[in-house]
Amino acid sequence: MSAEEKSMSIIVTKGSLDWAYPPFILATTAAAMGLPVTLFFTFYGLPLLLKDLKLQVTAAGNPAMKMPMMGMHMGLPNLLTAIPGVDAGCSVMMKNLIKKKGVASIEELREMAVEAEVRMIACQMTMDLFEYDKKDMIEGIDIGGAATYIECATQADINLFI
Amino acid sequence: MADHTLDAKGLNCPLPILKARKALKDVPDNGTLEILATDPGSVADFEAFCRQTGNELVEHSENDGIYQFLIKKTA
Repeated sequence: MSAEEKSMSIIVTKGSLDWAYPPFILATTAAAMGLPVTLFFTFYGLPLLLKDLKLQVTAAGNPAMKMPMMGMHMGLPNLLTAIPGVDAGCSVMMKNLIKKKGVASIEELREMAVEAEVRMIACQMTMDLFEYDKKDMIEGIDIGGAATYIECATQADINLFI
Repeated sequence: MADHTLDAKGLNCPLPILKARKALKDVPDNGTLEILATDPGSVADFEAFCRQTGNELVEHSENDGIYQFLIKKTA
């Protein structure tokens, strides 16, 4: 089995700190294993291409989210997750954990993805819809639409939607 | 003695693999790369990495929570 014959594409639809991990981890790892990789950033995944990342976790959207605290795992009652500042607090905790456990930051993984020549496509429609400008995004990305992705997906062995 | 050593201790998935890939670039053909890691998941991951990339996992061992891998650059 030759790695060169395999390739992977991922549709990236979510842009919170936690959901940003799977596409960037898989993309960098697949590239390290010799697979050409394409990431298609659409809807809420698109801001992951902004130069300035302001990533947060959303406790309200993750009812099963628990964090290690005082020797156990603690979650927040759904009602509390709507209080202003809770997401920011959870995000600080998560970023501290990430650092402490030797997990790469999204910025670091994204840089490694660029270095590994992972092809990143920004969805043109999402850019129009949410009024994003290419000049606010990192260098070296492509802009495209559904047909651009489909062409790539027909040639890829692994196509994921995250 | 390996041609290169990569200290990936304290790093979590997928950093040991990503850093190993980079380090392999500086290893001559048929040369060896030694990797030290503390991530228990790196055992299965380096086996898979080597199978997929065609490099040879010459040996791996664990001592006191430190995993040691020796990869021969054959791809």
